[in-house]
Amino acid sequence: MIDISVRQALNEAMAEEMRRDDDVFLMGEEVGEYDGAYKVTQGLLSEFGPRRVIDTPITEAGFAGVGVGAAFMGLKPIVEFMTFNFALQAMDHLINSAAKTRYMSGGRVTCPIVFRGPNGSAARVAAQHSQDFSSWFAQVPGLKVLAPYSASDAKGLLKAAIRDPDPVIFLENELLYGKRFKLEEEIIEPEAIGVAKILRPGSDVTIISFSRGVEWCLEAAITLDQSGTSCEVIDLRSLRPLDMKTIVKSVKKTNRLLIVDEGWPSMSIAAEIAFRVQDEAFDYLDAPVMRVTSKEVPLPYAANLEEMALPNENKIINAIGSMK
Amino acid sequence: MATENPRPKLTQSSPSLMASNDELIKYYSEMLLIRRFEERVGQLYGMGLIGGFLHLYVGQEAVVVGVENAISRQDPMITSYRCHGHMLARGEEIGRVLSELAGKASGSSKGKGGSMHMFSPENGFYGGHGIVGAQVPIGTGIALSLKYRRLSNVCFTFLGDGAANQGQVYESYNMAALWKLPIVYIIENNQYGMGTSTARAAAQTEFFRHGEGLGIPGIQCDGMNVLAVRDSALEAASFVRAGNGPMIIEMNTYRYRGHSISDPAKYRPKEEVKEVRETRDPISQLEQVISERGILKAENLKEIDQKIRLDVRNAAEIAREAEQPASSELYTDVYATQAITDD
Repeated sequence: MIDISVRQALNEAMAEEMRRDDDVFLMGEEVGEYDGAYKVTQGLLSEFGPRRVIDTPITEAGFAGVGVGAAFMGLKPIVEFMTFNFALQAMDHLINSAAKTRYMSGGRVTCPIVFRGPNGSAARVAAQHSQDFSSWFAQVPGLKVLAPYSASDAKGLLKAAIRDPDPVIFLENELLYGKRFKLEEEIIEPEAIGVAKILRPGSDVTIISFSRGVEWCLEAAITLDQSGTSCEVIDLRSLRPLDMKTIVKSVKKTNRLLIVDEGWPSMSIAAEIAFRVQDEAFDYLDAPVMRVTSKEVPLPYAANLEEMALPNENKIINAIGSMK
Repeated sequence: MATENPRPKLTQSSPSLMASNDELIKYYSEMLLIRRFEERVGQLYGMGLIGGFLHLYVGQEAVVVGVENAISRQDPMITSYRCHGHMLARGEEIGRVLSELAGKASGSSKGKGGSMHMFSPENGFYGGHGIVGAQVPIGTGIALSLKYRRLSNVCFTFLGDGAANQGQVYESYNMAALWKLPIVYIIENNQYGMGTSTARAAAQTEFFRHGEGLGIPGIQCDGMNVLAVRDSALEAASFVRAGNGPMIIEMNTYRYRGHSISDPAKYRPKEEVKEVRETRDPISQLEQVISERGILKAENLKEIDQKIRLDVRNAAEIAREAEQPASSELYTDVYATQAITDD
């Protein structure tokens, strides 16, 4: 049995892929000499040296574009954003340069790049540093978007992202970095992209989430189970492509669906899944699809207001209790 | 191992202006091809064969032809949306460029890119980018890949005077200087960023000075003189190839047409355009040198022109006749493997 944190898992994924392929390199703010703002890149500079672990200035638009240029030439950059909040400065390169060039060039120029870093709210850092960008990226053709929860997926999916021939947005979560998981065996091979995972089988209601939301769902499922409601918990892992097959199969079994999405509800991942489920499994639903999301406000700093604004396990339990 | 930055050299280039007869004819033909191509493309737009945005390179031909003749195809090139001339100079087939403009399957991007998004990676050309300034960090990343792979090549990144004021250009200059990347930034100063003159957009209109604070040497060059352009590119390439980090060349040039095909260019007097055409035109200037030196007679020059016109006309016919992309192409090239479809 291996005991490993998400942080270690991500670190191992990068180190192993860099050992395997000299074209893989890492760049970003404080990834080298500082050992990573959140220590995800700890030790990589000392193993791989400054050619392959590049500390950048705090200029996101510039270094995101630099990564794209290197990828056009066949290198496989891992570009770390200290948090995805700062990726807003680089959005043009993520969308216009990375995602669209394969198409616009008729397949002649490609962009095998990974943009990774923590996404979503951390703790008490207020509105500009607490936003879930999942739906922003998951909307864009040409991008793949991954948002793992567990340490094994953090490792297996990051390896897959690095080897993928297309641009991948890899959304981590600061509050999961320290979370430890027990693995049966070491993860060596990349995990398949685009496949959701049933973490807990159940029969009364399907609960879908991704990234940190999965943690809340699993805790809520344990409580609900004790009161006699059997929840099937699905970890999406991949937001684009979205594994509708697994979702629809589960809904056909449980006939009820709750989606937990840390993003704002309008135009969200939850909204998209709800649409697709009514499209593909309308006759199987015994109740309207429900969702637990953040409230439609910039995330407040005050502890009580922050708690009100974000989803948590109690809100999930209440939502399921109110389901018809 | 770290060497001190050489003192910034901010100068006029001092071109040798030496060229063999064959070279002069080659430069002349290459510039004339771009001129005739763009003129024809302007007409075809009016006739409805080409749609969307269209930015012509007429007047600026000496810049890309001069640079191309100073470097090899292993030295990558990247530019903005005013990219037809760069495609032709890099050696992409005329028919493929014209077919792309016509949105046909035989186009350089299978008809999916159009005028602003053209690529020829086999010839070292990486686009063709539609967002002002975006190609500058991308070019800087191409330079990073050259250094990463320990190659001795240099990336030539073209930008306009409008893009030169962008924040990401400063960010790129900084990283290129910091990491001593093998890159030459070619600023094609055609005097107007769309309808805004450089004086109305830049606090420092001598763009070759924009890297001064970062220690990036810059040179100013007559961008209407193909030999001066070639020599300044040679000078910069040799400085950069030696591991000294980036260099900036400001090419003073001029576009005869509007910013795009739909721009009537009311922001400048017609006399200004006329004067540049009559006194500084890059093709006429070279034609004069070729005639004065007795390299070719007027009728030989005319033959070259006729051959080019014929090639362009044939390419236009090929483009007109070519098939549109198959509907199955809608979902290809989104990803390496399967596309995510919405049905």
